[in-house]
Amino acid sequence: MSEILVLVDHVDGAVRKTTNELLTIARRLGEPSAVFIGSDVSAAADQLKAYGAEKVYVVDDAEVKGYLVAPKAEVLQQLVEKTSPAAVLISSNAEGKEIAGRLAVKTDSGLITDAVDVQPGDSGPVTTQSVFAGNYTVQAKVTKGTPIITVKPNAATPEQVEGAAEQEKVDVTISDAAKSAKIVASEPRKATGRPELTEAAIVVSGGRGTGGNFEPVEKFADSLGAAVGASRAAVDSGWYPHSFQVGQTGKTVSPQLYVAAGISGAIQHRAGMQTSKTIVAINKDEEAPLFELVDFGVVGDLHAVLPAATDEVNKRKG
Amino acid sequence: MNIVVCVKYVPDATADRHFEADNTVDRVGVDGLLSELDEYAVEQALQLKEKGDGTDEITVLTVGPEQASDAIRKALQMGADKGVHVVDDAIAGSDSLATSLVLAEAIKKIDHDFVVCGMASTDGAMSVVPAMLAERLGVPQVTFGSQIEMQGKEIRIRRDGDAATEVIGATAPFVLSVTDQSGEARYPSFKGIMAAKKKPVETWSLADLGVEAEKVGLSASWTQVEDTAARPPRSQGEIVTDEDGSGATALAGFLASKKFI
Repeated sequence: MSEILVLVDHVDGAVRKTTNELLTIARRLGEPSAVFIGSDVSAAADQLKAYGAEKVYVVDDAEVKGYLVAPKAEVLQQLVEKTSPAAVLISSNAEGKEIAGRLAVKTDSGLITDAVDVQPGDSGPVTTQSVFAGNYTVQAKVTKGTPIITVKPNAATPEQVEGAAEQEKVDVTISDAAKSAKIVASEPRKATGRPELTEAAIVVSGGRGTGGNFEPVEKFADSLGAAVGASRAAVDSGWYPHSFQVGQTGKTVSPQLYVAAGISGAIQHRAGMQTSKTIVAINKDEEAPLFELVDFGVVGDLHAVLPAATDEVNKRKG
Repeated sequence: MNIVVCVKYVPDATADRHFEADNTVDRVGVDGLLSELDEYAVEQALQLKEKGDGTDEITVLTVGPEQASDAIRKALQMGADKGVHVVDDAIAGSDSLATSLVLAEAIKKIDHDFVVCGMASTDGAMSVVPAMLAERLGVPQVTFGSQIEMQGKEIRIRRDGDAATEVIGATAPFVLSVTDQSGEARYPSFKGIMAAKKKPVETWSLADLGVEAEKVGLSASWTQVEDTAARPPRSQGEIVTDEDGSGATALAGFLASKKFI
């Protein structure tokens, strides 16, 4: 069976859940080989093994870390040439998509981004994408070169299947051109103690209707073990950090449950949450467009409804 | 310094965006406009020019059908100096790889010090073309900038990643992409609208760029769309009106019935 390269998405060896999902998808398509770029593979090895990596290519090169995107694309290019994989899977975030884009140019291969599902097909992997603000689904495949596919969070339920996880150190050469965009400073994001927005099973978001007070949103989210999101209006008003923005220019989420509090539901917001399984909205304005999409809606003031609902949830949890 | 801003003409997101029989996006039958996210790229180019010595020239570049000249015109109205429109029937249906090839060849023909792009298109929304352009042009990529500072040929941007906020530095020539956090895009003034009518726009074909038609378009695409389907519309569920706490009780009841509690 042919190898499927999976680029491990990690922060100092802490592997993100999306990598487990990619390994699970890779197993459907062939033999998963993880590509670990960094110096902390010992922290990641057990998890990669547990989710089925047969091989782990380890690239421990200090030169990769200090530069933006390009060196990682060169690493993958060299591994693609060495292993002739049947596909390369990368997490669909800003960096992942850029790595994939450069890799596609380098290897003269087709690229599909933002897949929400990947299944084996007669002539290579078949992807499903959700486009036009979630109004259409598209099925596509790569017809040239090595299929390079970036996959969105929650595209698969991670399955624990022990792999051999045989480690192989790989030496790569990084060109001077790839070292031209330097990471001058880096400040890790502060931990919130809540689930990661794009990975969470439940997301509670606040918008203009919060009036800048996110406390009811956060407390309700915590009662449900949810991540907190924000609409662009709330972010633009400086009420919540941009990294929590849900929508076209922020994060796309597809949780089991999405609760929108004080968000009217412009197309740009809907683009980021329309594929959620269950949608709930709370809004004072009964004409808010988001109500058209909801499974359950409350016309009312979120500042009254959310605290009462938080108490109710906590009571029911006992 | 001279700047090339790459812009895209996209179907209006509030219109009925759909696919044609050959599974390509209908770019002609739906009202189009300059991609909102590219307005931020035009804005940053204008701001960089305004901070310079005033001799800089901003060229707006687009690849697309006849109507795509609307996107160039809007950028000229905002204050860009001239336009280049690459239009060729063979380009229709091009994917990101082919589009980046055409853009890169056009950029090489324009006297420039660096390139500015938006963070994504509002239709395809792949966010890969700036990185592909950097790869094809062999220059640094400084992408997803939410704050941009330039001194001479040195650029520093703030990039808000998933795990960290980074400062990225590079020296021109480079490809810069900017986010919607980089600063509100200006509206064209009446003076700008009038002035734009006199600004030069050149139209180039693939032959002008030396790009073979076989390398672009739907048939040369590196990917193939097998099927497109409209998502069934969501039907509206139960809506209750909150009266003295009844909304919260009903909400908790709904969440419990769906096993979220």
